[in-house]
Amino acid sequence: MSLLTVLFACMFYAATALLVFGLFFKIRSYARTPAPLKIPTTPAPTTKTGVVLRMTREVTLFESLFKSNKWIWLFGYMFHAALLLVVLRHLRYFTEPVWFWVDIVQPFGIYAGFAMVAGLGGLWARRFLVDRVRYISTPSDHLILALLVAIGITGLGMKFVAHTDIIAVKEFMLGLMVFDLQPLPADPVLLVHLTLVALLMTIFPISKLLHAPGIFFSPTRNQTDDPRDRRHISAWAAKLESGASSKSEA
Amino acid sequence: MAAPQFEVPKLTGFIDVPSIKEGATAHVKSFPASAPIQEAIGFPGSLVEDWHDKAIAKMGDLLGRYRSLRVFMDACVHCGACTDKCHYYIGTADPKNMPVARQELMRSVYRRHFTFAGKYFPSLVGAQDLTEELLQDWYKYYYQCSECRRCSVYCPYGIDTAEVTMAGREILDTVGIGQKYTNEIMGKLHRIGNNLGLPGPALEDTLLGLEEDIFDATGVPVKLPLDAEGAEVMLVTPSADFFSEPHVESLIGYAKVFHAAGIKWTLSSKASEAGNFGMFIGSYDNMRRAAMRIRDAALDLGVKRIVVGECGHAWRVAYSFWNTLTGVGHGGEDAFSKQLQQQLDPNYPAPQHICEFTYDLIQQGKLKFDKSLNDHRTITFHDSCNVARGSRMGDMPGGQFVIPREVIKAVANNFYDMQEGTINEATFCCGGGGGLLTDDLMEIRVKGALPRMEAFNNVVQDKQVNFLALICAICKAQFTKVVPYYGFDMSMIGGVHQLVATAILLEVPEETAQESVASDD
Repeated sequence: MSLLTVLFACMFYAATALLVFGLFFKIRSYARTPAPLKIPTTPAPTTKTGVVLRMTREVTLFESLFKSNKWIWLFGYMFHAALLLVVLRHLRYFTEPVWFWVDIVQPFGIYAGFAMVAGLGGLWARRFLVDRVRYISTPSDHLILALLVAIGITGLGMKFVAHTDIIAVKEFMLGLMVFDLQPLPADPVLLVHLTLVALLMTIFPISKLLHAPGIFFSPTRNQTDDPRDRRHISAWAAKLESGASSKSEA
Repeated sequence: MAAPQFEVPKLTGFIDVPSIKEGATAHVKSFPASAPIQEAIGFPGSLVEDWHDKAIAKMGDLLGRYRSLRVFMDACVHCGACTDKCHYYIGTADPKNMPVARQELMRSVYRRHFTFAGKYFPSLVGAQDLTEELLQDWYKYYYQCSECRRCSVYCPYGIDTAEVTMAGREILDTVGIGQKYTNEIMGKLHRIGNNLGLPGPALEDTLLGLEEDIFDATGVPVKLPLDAEGAEVMLVTPSADFFSEPHVESLIGYAKVFHAAGIKWTLSSKASEAGNFGMFIGSYDNMRRAAMRIRDAALDLGVKRIVVGECGHAWRVAYSFWNTLTGVGHGGEDAFSKQLQQQLDPNYPAPQHICEFTYDLIQQGKLKFDKSLNDHRTITFHDSCNVARGSRMGDMPGGQFVIPREVIKAVANNFYDMQEGTINEATFCCGGGGGLLTDDLMEIRVKGALPRMEAFNNVVQDKQVNFLALICAICKAQFTKVVPYYGFDMSMIGGVHQLVATAILLEVPEETAQESVASDD
């Protein structure tokens, strides 16, 4: 067993643990924090089904972003949709036998790699070209874009420029999942690609990538517009009523 | 009026997004609250010694109480979708008035104290310590936000700057930095019962005077009852409706509607104010205290319905929060809300907006109008932000856009909407909401009104509009003051129920008619 294999195996176990536990604690804190007042941005759905539809449109079509700015929507949508295809395509490295629909996704996933990098390029360009967006950009905004672009380019590099031993990579990944370490090819492009992916997993729960789980907990989007029909009260607010079931002392 | 100390923007016919001008409104700062003002609503009188630790502790407290704040602090990706959506940014070009940058004033401190990345790599993620200078920036820019929530419509994650502004103001108040205008009004409301500080007898006099005015003008004995026990409806309206022009014209309109429908109603000297500035400073306690006064009055008077007059943020608080705060509404299983539910008529929504109330009567054919009486007016309608984006009327989403327009169309012939993208949920704020309606903030008020003025000017030019119909007391006060800066006459501003008052046909009682004939002899 090479040192490299052990090193990367440890790196992925650590990254996965940080991703899973980090997200778990973040999501738990969102879920546990009360939403004491009804604050949906109207016009808001008046039923729970309506809320599910609204949220579905938000996460699949980026509805609000479409209303805001067509360029951000275009590049943002391009990047996210392409990323989804790319991730689905990568399932073939983690499953044996490969699910039939993952096979179908393959060609789309390959070219989505280009769309992903192009979308990121568009988003990145805005950070330099639009003075308002330049003003609000922090170094971490640029670094996350750089990280994603580098992951995309190294991935495309392995597909179109310098092939790696993909059979061995798959064996390594399958082995990783059952704690049976298999040798990882010492191909530099692959190693960079994998390292960057592990880094992305690591920073996920401590960065702005939290917008992914965050959207589902956003009260302006996930609340039902029914405050006159249903009393909505949080535990801490209900405490203010102890002993005040009759008139207040105003 | 004194000459403005700032350059008034020119109307161009288009709503342009300016290039950023850093620090453009860094000098605009409202008067701070004095110690007695602060202490009257439960806050320290001046900046406390351990303000830094207290501010951070309060931020932690709010992060634990409000899911909105906790999620909004994490979820922003700096995409820029909100950067051109704020009327204060469009009017001033100060980048700190871009919603994301306004939030960042707090988010940078949140990161520093509550996130791993901010604790260990502050400059990388834009985290910073809460310095006294930054605290002053909070005070300036959290009072250059009208909490209108336009940005929240456009944010892909629904991040609502109003929630951040409210938290910012609450933290500032907690360490002893308050704003004179908002906090003084809260104190008056708690002490006297309304924002203007009108005592009961003054209110009674005013209402009697109005009854005489209406009788003189119409020959109809329309009543404006105060503290009438056992009335069916209690009307709660902004106290500006009792004294200010054009607000009072709408009050006359409500009275005429009640009279024409034959519904017994009353105002309350205890709850003579619908406005609730507790929301502006994010203070749940103050907001609840203000709302409880109305609940108490309803219980005292034994009314079956509660109707809210033309006031934007009051309607948001009433519609969205009263049920939570005081049990005025339905569906409460607790003793606290059940007490009121036994009394309220379940056939009507509680509370009900005056436009919903009038609209229902129109639908039932209980009101008669001569629309031609409004023919001297060509009308457009301004969706007030708190109604448009924070509340609803009727039983379908977007009813708050439909109902006021239907009321206007029922009483007037000439109505034109302003351009798409400036009305309904995309409406631009009047520029004076959220605790900014004070003369010391005149520059931000005038500049913040720019996008609304552009859209208004376009219908004035194209459709000869001469009346801007409103359903918000703050919008009315703001526009009457601000439109002259843009070359319009303040008489173009008025309420929806002012239009109703003009067109409504009241039956002149026979005896009154005879009396007036007799007195003519």
